[in-house]
Amino acid sequence: MTMQDETIVSAVISILVENESGVLARVIGLFSGRGYNIESLTVAPVEQSRHQSRINIVTSGTPQVIEQIKAQVGRLVPVYRVADLTQVGPHVAREMALVKVVSTGEARTEALRIAEAFRARAVDTTATSFVFELTGATDKLDSFIDLMRPLGLAEVSRTGVAAIIRGPRTI
Amino acid sequence: MNATPNLNDLKPNTHAHGADIVLSGAEVLLRVLVEQGVEVIFGYPGGAVLPIYDALFRQNAVRHILVRHEQAAVHAAEAYARSTGKVGVVLVTSGPGATNAVTGLVDALMDSIPVVCFTGQVGVPLIGTDAFQEADTTGITRQATKHNYLVKNPADLARVAHEAFHIARSGRPGPVVVDLPKNITVGPAPYAPASRAPHPSYRPRIEPEREAVVRAVAAMKRARRPLFYTGGGVINAGPQASEALGRLVRRTGFPCTSTLMGLGAYPTTDGQFLGMLGMHGTYEANLATHGCDVLVALGARFDDRVTGRLDAFSPDSFKIHADIEPSQINKIVQVDVPIVGDAGRVIEMMLEEWERQDGAPDPAALAQWWRQIEAWRGIRSLHFDQDMAPSAIIRPQHAVRRLYELAMETGRDTFVSTEVGQHQMWAAQHFQFDRPNRWLTSGGLGTMGYGLPAAVGAQIAHPDALVIDIAGEASTLMNIQELGTIAQYRLPVKIFILNNQYMGMVRQWQELLHGSRYSESYSAALPDFVRLAESFHAKGMRATCVGELDDVIRAMLAEPGAVVADICVAQDENCYPMIPSGAAHNQMLLGPEQEGEVKVSAEGRMLV
Ligand SMILES: Cc1ncc(C[n+]2csc(CCOP(=O)(O)OP(=O)(O)O)c2C)c(N)n1
Ligand SMILES: [Mg+2]
Repeated sequence: MTMQDETIVSAVISILVENESGVLARVIGLFSGRGYNIESLTVAPVEQSRHQSRINIVTSGTPQVIEQIKAQVGRLVPVYRVADLTQVGPHVAREMALVKVVSTGEARTEALRIAEAFRARAVDTTATSFVFELTGATDKLDSFIDLMRPLGLAEVSRTGVAAIIRGPRTI
Repeated sequence: MNATPNLNDLKPNTHAHGADIVLSGAEVLLRVLVEQGVEVIFGYPGGAVLPIYDALFRQNAVRHILVRHEQAAVHAAEAYARSTGKVGVVLVTSGPGATNAVTGLVDALMDSIPVVCFTGQVGVPLIGTDAFQEADTTGITRQATKHNYLVKNPADLARVAHEAFHIARSGRPGPVVVDLPKNITVGPAPYAPASRAPHPSYRPRIEPEREAVVRAVAAMKRARRPLFYTGGGVINAGPQASEALGRLVRRTGFPCTSTLMGLGAYPTTDGQFLGMLGMHGTYEANLATHGCDVLVALGARFDDRVTGRLDAFSPDSFKIHADIEPSQINKIVQVDVPIVGDAGRVIEMMLEEWERQDGAPDPAALAQWWRQIEAWRGIRSLHFDQDMAPSAIIRPQHAVRRLYELAMETGRDTFVSTEVGQHQMWAAQHFQFDRPNRWLTSGGLGTMGYGLPAAVGAQIAHPDALVIDIAGEASTLMNIQELGTIAQYRLPVKIFILNNQYMGMVRQWQELLHGSRYSESYSAALPDFVRLAESFHAKGMRATCVGELDDVIRAMLAEPGAVVADICVAQDENCYPMIPSGAAHNQMLLGPEQEGEVKVSAEGRMLV
């Protein structure tokens, strides 16, 4: 008789997997096959010695869907652990962006000024372009990119979110 | 050292001398099969698996059954598994062999059947080059299996093959594919016995949490209108689970209904059994589901064919749901007490708690509930009128009833498989199953063509049993080539075709939802099934009217070999009772007289 909660929430799902071929395809196939969203995804080996990789997926859905995502991911044979960091408690979620801005004159100086305010580093500079490197929460990256748009924004490359629980706890 | 040893000499775990024998990958595979207790595999050869077929040729421990199509190999293995509780094993070649098997794999996935399917693959150096008969089998079957493997290193072969069996049979069972490149089976590979160590990442939960069971039983003790709703998970938990279910149902005095997949776990002839629930379930089962105040779901997954309109499903009940697979809980229906664990263990623990906890459900309330159920039962929702004049047209329900009654008279252990369609529902409604593992049907995927190969698998597993495929004329043609397998192995399978000359289930929906425009649902240009049977060395029989029916059934049952019985039945019969798509359990159609009243919503149409 429990009522279903229809509000859509965002969630950061962290998954510790056996680092074997096809494991990422299993996770992604599960998301697409069951119609779950993927807003961003990162994956890299984290425990070379134990052949483990960590996948972080930012997704959204009703609380019931998020529970389903965890349960369905947990079913996959090479999955060690799966956690919804948004539910576990305070966590740090960061991504990195490389942002290319092509402009001269006024716009160029303005771009540089905003980059400083955001603590973005110019990692490549030519007479007509910058590549800024910026790390932070997703919305910080979003607003930086928005501000660069009228200033000659040419190309963006983002990593997607890496996330971890605050304090001594682990997933 | 002998490069091609006689595999019969290779007993598993004989390390003393075995260590210096160099085995090929194919031989290692055969040893794994022996160690896993495999007696039968269903398969079809081809270039990529020739080394394995060669190894099979040089041993006697594992029997190979040659099917006529790889899909049939998987269905046969599924029925072998379902009727024995063992893992069904399949061997097919690369490319088309593997792709042909995919339907069977998904079927096994949907119905939680333990199957291990070995597929040949081109040699590792050729993978990714579009080589002859190369298909990305692990890619194609990733969503079609519980798990799959590509063996790229000979050192992994034995471990992976053992692990495949463990994963197929444990937890929620399912199909596992092991893709074997030809260089792996040809080249040398080390043998390793099955590991006793727990799998690093895969640890299904078997033992339920006591605390959850305590809460469940407390709710059951307070129930005034309780109901057990049991599914295929009880069958998968083994015959002891079904036996325990019988004790629990009798001890509590509660009514019990079952899904299509769960039939036989609780005896369907028992007074406490209400019949199947869901779209073509009985009136009493569906109204009890709708009206109960405590619903105890055991090894069932709230499939849409069971729930009907979700927001009206069992609206007033406190819901208890036990399943071995956590993802099934709160997937469709939010429940009050989730229990993760093996159905058999859950039932045993419920029995213990039932004795331990004080109190009992109010007997007056329970008696009132049973009076209500008896009143619903009085509607006789499965009733049909059969004109008994000898020349009368046979109604399909009558044919199934007589088949059941005459089969029982033989006193033989009886296994029934079905195809998919109206005949499947009539079989579920009118054939009775008092024991588990005797009912073999494609539930989740609804695969036409399942029944004939399934009958092959069941008969191979139970050579002396009576095995009947209750079939539709359209479905049977989807794997009719298996009559060849039946002939080769002299399997005395009985194929009982309810021939209505229509894809009856499709026709029924067209009648209900599409203004009786029977678009492409007529079974045109049917073969003469009697002569078809004869050309495959089986006996063909036909009944065209009521006067012939019993004689044909008796002759079929008496025939020592395979029979195809073409039972010509009414063409316009619809399957009732029925909950139209998108309707609630208390909005059932009981018969054709109510058809005019169907108003299937636009939403309901989409749910079809
Ligand atoms: C492989 C496959 N294709 C299509 C369907 C859709 N379908 C469901 S029942 C049915 C008709 C089955 O006809 P028949 O075997 O004659 O059985 P009947 O309903 O007449 O008893 C069809 C086409 C299916 N279930 N499986
Ligand atoms: Mg038909």
